[in-house]
Amino acid sequence: MSLLLPDSGLLFWMLLSFGIVAFVLVKYGFPVIIKMVESRKTYIDESLLIAKQAYEQMAKVKTQGEVIVDNARREQVKIMNEAAQTRDMLINDAKEKASLEASKLVEEARKQILIEKEDAIRDIRRQVAELSVDIAEKILRGQLEKKDEQMDMINRLLDEINISKS
Amino acid sequence: MSSLHKIFGLIAILAFMSVSPVMANEPSSPASSEKGSFDVKSFILEHVGDSYQWHITKWGNNEISIPLPVIVYSKTTGWHVFLSSALLEGASYEGLSIAVDGKYKGKIVEKTADGNEVRPFDISITKVVFALLFNSLLLIIIIMSVARSYKKDNFESKKGFVGFMEMFIMNINDDVIKPGIGKDYKRYAPYLLTVFFFVFINNLMGLIPIFPGGANVTGNIAITFVLAIITFIIVNISGSKEYWKEIFWPEVPLWLKAPIPIMPAIEIVGVFTKPFALMIRLFANMIAGHSIVLGLTCLIFVTVSMGQAMNTSMTVVSVIMTLFINIVELLVAYIQAYIFTMLSAVFIGLARIEPHHVHEEIKE
Repeated sequence: MSLLLPDSGLLFWMLLSFGIVAFVLVKYGFPVIIKMVESRKTYIDESLLIAKQAYEQMAKVKTQGEVIVDNARREQVKIMNEAAQTRDMLINDAKEKASLEASKLVEEARKQILIEKEDAIRDIRRQVAELSVDIAEKILRGQLEKKDEQMDMINRLLDEINISKS
Repeated sequence: MSSLHKIFGLIAILAFMSVSPVMANEPSSPASSEKGSFDVKSFILEHVGDSYQWHITKWGNNEISIPLPVIVYSKTTGWHVFLSSALLEGASYEGLSIAVDGKYKGKIVEKTADGNEVRPFDISITKVVFALLFNSLLLIIIIMSVARSYKKDNFESKKGFVGFMEMFIMNINDDVIKPGIGKDYKRYAPYLLTVFFFVFINNLMGLIPIFPGGANVTGNIAITFVLAIITFIIVNISGSKEYWKEIFWPEVPLWLKAPIPIMPAIEIVGVFTKPFALMIRLFANMIAGHSIVLGLTCLIFVTVSMGQAMNTSMTVVSVIMTLFINIVELLVAYIQAYIFTMLSAVFIGLARIEPHHVHEEIKE
């Protein structure tokens, strides 16, 4: 029967010790743990949400990036084409110019050659003339060693002049 | 798997073979106790009850026990503080002694001048008090060390013991207290968690057979009485207007409450039976568990006089059964703490009812 009767000393110690335990744990023990666990839970939830948003944003950025890359590629192709066209054009121009220049040069060269040729011909003629004069002089000198022959000559020449004057 | 079956089969056969002769020998057991061989009842009662020293064992003819401080206040002679070893084997110290029988059997009494035994005001550190203080300290250390590791304010998940305790605490918080109380449970959660872990650690420590465990703390009515009273106070302080209306003017036909308040009387009784049930449930479960373990252990000593074969087989059965019951008690230690917490939470939840839940609550 004594088992069913609470002992006063035990009641006292139980009230005291449970009171202290409850005071300490209710004030400093469990609320700290529960608060931290719950704030961690919200932190994790928030982090997951943020991660999800970040993922979505990343996907968006990725598609945007793809669009940009596509555009860039298209642009590149365009630029390449333009460049090729420009290059061809330049080459053609250069070729034309070069051939023009070449023909001009050839023309000039030809002219030069002509001039040279005429010069050369003139020179030859002159030399030929001088030579013929010299030869004629020598021939004349040979023929005009006698006085009468000289006179004949003078007469004939005068005749010729007179004939041509008349 | 099959070897396990074989072992269980063996145990069952052994148990059956050895139990039936014990049944047959039952009538002769008082005779053997008369011979002074072994008194099971007093042995068990002594161990589940309280005592002024912590008995360890009997070595030869010497009782080995840890003396505990006796703190007594007598109206006539004032305060007495000394170690309980002074009172061993009926010795008297400063006029105080442990009563051998009578109303105060096993308690410290003071002999008055006219030969009467008077019980002084006794706040001795008895076995249960010592275990209670020890377990309380242990609980504070455990929970505060867990709480301290959260002070660093980083959100990393905890590992090891702290992680386990976190899981444990949050399990009780989320699955017992929250559904029990419902809205506003956060105000009561720390107290109910304290109750849970207080009961649980005392139950567990009671299962350890060696010092400083083994004391039957939660199987002592004073302990459960205080726990139940505190829950009772909290329940009735947090009672809503609707709760009190349910008690004094419930929604029942007028004749049940008007001239003779039949329903209010029942409801008022109900207010007190709730904590009473809490108190008795925990107390009875824990004392029963301790008694069963002790009773099964006693089988060894009871059967000594029945011959060696009997004694040997009963020792095997006793050890196996004690092991089994101890494992069951491990479960009970958790379940009782769980139930105490859950019912406290439910009672608080019921005291905080809102008017539109009226019809569901009438059953209670």
